[in-house]
Amino acid sequence: MSSARTDTNAGGRWLGLYVLAYLVFLYLPTLLIPLFSFNDSIQAAFPLQGFTLGWYETLYGNPALSGALANSLVIGVIAASGATLCGITVSYMDLYGRSPLAATISAVARLPILIPGVIVGISLLILVNLVGLGPSRIAIVLGHILVALPTTVVVMRSRFAAIPKTIREAALDLGASDWTTFRRVMLPLSLPAVLSAFMLAFLTSFDEFIVVFFLAGTEPTLPLYIWSQLRFPRSLPTVMALGTVILTVSFIIAAAAEILRHRGLGAARRNPA
Amino acid sequence: MSTIVAVRPSPETRISPVFRFAMLLPGGLVTFFLILFALGLVIFLAFRSNDGSLLGAGLTAANFVTVATDPLYWTVTLRSLVIAGLVTLATVATAYPVAYYLAFHAGRRRNLLLFLVTLPFWTSYLLRVFAWKIVLAYNGVLNSAFIESGLWSEPTLAFLNTPAAVVVTLAHAYAPFAILPIYVALDTIPKSLLEAASDLGARPFTSFRRVVLPNSMPGVLAAALVVFVPTVGDYVTPAMVGGPASTMIGTLIQSQFGKANDWPFGAALSVCVMLVILCVVLVARGADRRFGSRT
Repeated sequence: MSSARTDTNAGGRWLGLYVLAYLVFLYLPTLLIPLFSFNDSIQAAFPLQGFTLGWYETLYGNPALSGALANSLVIGVIAASGATLCGITVSYMDLYGRSPLAATISAVARLPILIPGVIVGISLLILVNLVGLGPSRIAIVLGHILVALPTTVVVMRSRFAAIPKTIREAALDLGASDWTTFRRVMLPLSLPAVLSAFMLAFLTSFDEFIVVFFLAGTEPTLPLYIWSQLRFPRSLPTVMALGTVILTVSFIIAAAAEILRHRGLGAARRNPA
Repeated sequence: MSTIVAVRPSPETRISPVFRFAMLLPGGLVTFFLILFALGLVIFLAFRSNDGSLLGAGLTAANFVTVATDPLYWTVTLRSLVIAGLVTLATVATAYPVAYYLAFHAGRRRNLLLFLVTLPFWTSYLLRVFAWKIVLAYNGVLNSAFIESGLWSEPTLAFLNTPAAVVVTLAHAYAPFAILPIYVALDTIPKSLLEAASDLGARPFTSFRRVVLPNSMPGVLAAALVVFVPTVGDYVTPAMVGGPASTMIGTLIQSQFGKANDWPFGAALSVCVMLVILCVVLVARGADRRFGSRT
């Protein structure tokens, strides 16, 4: 018995080392971007040439860049709002609507996971051309709602499912209408998840490249701007400085979303009506 | 008391039609219009011939005949399948021990580790691929690091623009996708099953092989699917680090809607990719039914 226990402990320690190595592999290549963004050389190569903030200075006063940034922010906020609204309603009706239609919508909403981005992109490109929009910011918003939809549905569905059924039933039994129950009881109880879904949807849109590539008209988003700069070896360090900023912001938003996703669940569980 | 309960209409049946309509509207619009209708358009367009107009002309299977008869498309499809298969295999195999550690050994560090492995998922895919470009480039990180350390004197061209570079980059880019499904499957295995196995005299490895592994298969298959699908249609990584020898099916689709400008043919290629994915999903479903002993 005791030998078996030490066996698993030793196994756990080896496994722990493996996980550490895995994390290093996961982060090391990406962390090279911030490292070389401070390097005083046009090439991303060792040995390091000395510390500079010059590449960050090139980010200022660049109208193409700030235009792309503004585009990305506006599109991200609108697309995340749309995706969150859809995620809330789709998962709520999937859980409580008790209709085949609601279940179908919920299943189809998670379908984009099983479609490669390139096909999502071209199918929307055909669609927006058909309805006369053409590649445009609205087209990008539609595409990003689609790309973020599985995430918001999954986040909201697990949150609604974690709220004890008795709470909703109590509200309905006390005479609250469906709308009041939804707005005054279920939505406030899942507010942290709503914020989390919104932030994750925003990040998805903000970083998305594969679909936006097909849908952008004359106003590129930030990832498209980066893509266009990759052709020029001279702008490599600027891209790395920009990439560092984006990675930092993504890190902060993702961390906040993660904290929010788990917040408040304890309260709902502790006082089940 | 019991009669009151029986008479009371169940809350589920009282949903008002207006509320139901309002709640189903946004999701219904997006799913039916943006997903199903748009995919229907792709299938429709695949059976048209290219006459320069948006929806093509006529009704023809010529696009599919070309795909089936031109060896180029077989080569590229096969290459995409091999690359995506290797990436899936590498990703799932390396993710499994991490998920196992998270489920059984992580203890207090579990939430932090879960956060750390999912974080890259939310960072820019383009930047993660770009990072590999600067690692593998001729004047890049790997070459310069090796020269600096004296391992070799000349930079080598062998890293960038190879299918191997595509596999490594994609495996790295999609690594976070695989851990979560496997972890969820492992975490939901009842601990009593493991105790029963050990009480019945199973050695740790036997109980892993006979209890843990079969019970985690649904998670493994889900992980394989979420890695395989985006990689098989990827066109960014082949363009960034792959070079001409690594053209994938996604690259061909993208060029049909860009430079080549033959949308019906690109739609036909897309339909073929979706059929391939459908086959993979069905195989995974079948395997899930065989291994998924819990349901």
